[in-house]
Amino acid sequence: MSDTVLPAPAREGRGRRVTTEGAGARLALALAALSFLALFLVLPLVVVFVEAFKGGIGTYLSAFDDPDAQAAIRLTLTVAAIAVPLNLVFGVAAAWAIAKFAFAGKSLLVTLIDLPFSVSPVVSGLVYVLLFGAQGLFGPFLKAHGIEVIFALPGIVLATVFVTFPFVARELIPLMQEQGTADEEAALSLGASGLRTFLTVTLPNIRWGLFYGVLLCNARAMGEFGAVSVVSGHIRGLTNTMPLHVEILYNEYNFIAAFAVASLLALLALVTLAAKSVLEWRYGDALSGRGAH
Amino acid sequence: MLTSHQVALVRHGLILLATIVLFAAFASFARAETVLLNVSYDPTRELYRDLNAAFAADWKARTGETVTIRTSHGGSGKQARSVIDGLDAAVVTLALAADIDAIAAVTGKIPANWQSRLPHNSAPYTSTIVFVVRKGNPKGIRDWDDLARPGLQVVTPNPRTSGGARWNYLAAWGYALTKSGGDEAEARTFLTALFRNVPVLDTGARGATVTFSQRGIGDVLVAWENEAFLTLKEFGEDKFEIVVPSLSILAEPPVALVDGNVDARGTRQVAQAYLAFLYTPAAQAIIARHFYRPVKPEAAAPADLARLPKLELFTIDGLFGGWAKAQKEHFDDGGVFDQIMKAARP
Repeated sequence: MSDTVLPAPAREGRGRRVTTEGAGARLALALAALSFLALFLVLPLVVVFVEAFKGGIGTYLSAFDDPDAQAAIRLTLTVAAIAVPLNLVFGVAAAWAIAKFAFAGKSLLVTLIDLPFSVSPVVSGLVYVLLFGAQGLFGPFLKAHGIEVIFALPGIVLATVFVTFPFVARELIPLMQEQGTADEEAALSLGASGLRTFLTVTLPNIRWGLFYGVLLCNARAMGEFGAVSVVSGHIRGLTNTMPLHVEILYNEYNFIAAFAVASLLALLALVTLAAKSVLEWRYGDALSGRGAH
Repeated sequence: MLTSHQVALVRHGLILLATIVLFAAFASFARAETVLLNVSYDPTRELYRDLNAAFAADWKARTGETVTIRTSHGGSGKQARSVIDGLDAAVVTLALAADIDAIAAVTGKIPANWQSRLPHNSAPYTSTIVFVVRKGNPKGIRDWDDLARPGLQVVTPNPRTSGGARWNYLAAWGYALTKSGGDEAEARTFLTALFRNVPVLDTGARGATVTFSQRGIGDVLVAWENEAFLTLKEFGEDKFEIVVPSLSILAEPPVALVDGNVDARGTRQVAQAYLAFLYTPAAQAIIARHFYRPVKPEAAAPADLARLPKLELFTIDGLFGGWAKAQKEHFDDGGVFDQIMKAARP
């Protein structure tokens, strides 16, 4: 950011009580919320790491010596490396269209973007089996051309893209709507091309929101279980992602290894959470659309 | 505002990203060695891990070629469904013949006479159905009758998705039928009482074992004999014990080549060798070590055989007229199992 740093204006009424409840009631509410969080979020997370390190650091690390575990990690990274950029491009395009233009069917598009949030992941997986499976709509065509979709990488990527569809767009739409079109109109009137306007005006305005959306999209892409489970075929060392591998290890009584791989996924969640907190703390204004531009 | 330098950075970043994506996409397709996919049922994970390693070594010694066997495990019915939907199995090693029949009927990738192509009805190993109870047998479970006692919790997987569950069901049915002298109504009443005691139906045998042993649900697990022994081995004999019923079923989990898939891949020869290998003395010894009953017991270590209890076994052909008939009568939509579940859970 090239702007001069201004002293933050003192906010009026900061810390002033706006409710009439007594201190006891507020304390009870806070305690209830905190103990709920501790019981349902913190404790399970701690258990994952405790179980993973039960046999010491050596046993923990040896869980990642297994070629199947390495293949699962590789597959998960590959799937995320394909699905996240796709949804980044789609999310920016969709948000750009929705926030900066008026067109018929706009509300329908917004609703469609939200569809993956409301559909059970198992259903999204099954839909792809029904479309691309050997008995499915495109099955005979795909078979005739030797293209594998279901029970192979493309199917897993498709299911992941479907499930992580809304994350980037959902993050950007309110942000871009809030920012309006004035900056872009100014750039265009000064003779900038559409691409240059996007790269030098729009992108800097939304970059932190975009980054946040990508983080969430990535976390979900790596952690998705249901939809991927349906289209994976569970071939060891080939089509098992990390979440599926955790289930397999657990079902083979290999609890330490299961929790070790699970701890990697938990770590991913923690990093996402930390990055989110840093972003909100540092760039809270840019995230909520009250940016300097 | 971004400077032109920053714009260039963004451009370079996008190009780099595209390169990574393309590389990742192609890297996963670049595999050279012969790969066979064995689509199997739930409790054979440990068995085939050893059998696959032994076959790969044997094949290397005989031909100098490297072969990798990949496996996929799950409930037998669910696995058959995946092969029907296009899972590229070279061989299927499922829990029961009806599931392989289903693949043959729907896809035509397996000939209808598949079961006569290999010795012993295409079953290189057999097993049976026994009970696992908590140490000391606190509920005093001795035989099938005890499973229908009110207030008892019985863990067994879902016959719709699991092959083991269908063997469990038919074993119970066969016991009731034999005991009552062939009275089907009595067998139906017995099974209804039994399934009233089932709190959860997992999709596969391993899921049911984990429910019973790890999650601590239920008083008795109805399980494959091999799965029962494995539970004791994994969790210690101080936690569980095996109860052998007076009568059970001879379970024959068959294997078959998926002709349509191996011919498309050009792997017929090695896939056939893989199935033939299962009948060799070396494989039969491994089979006995994993608590399955080898069809050639003379090849197994005597100590492995001595662990398996001797009990009276009836066959599906003798009591039910074969899998095709049993499947249609009991497990098809609206069949006897559906009627029993309806009666058990009004």
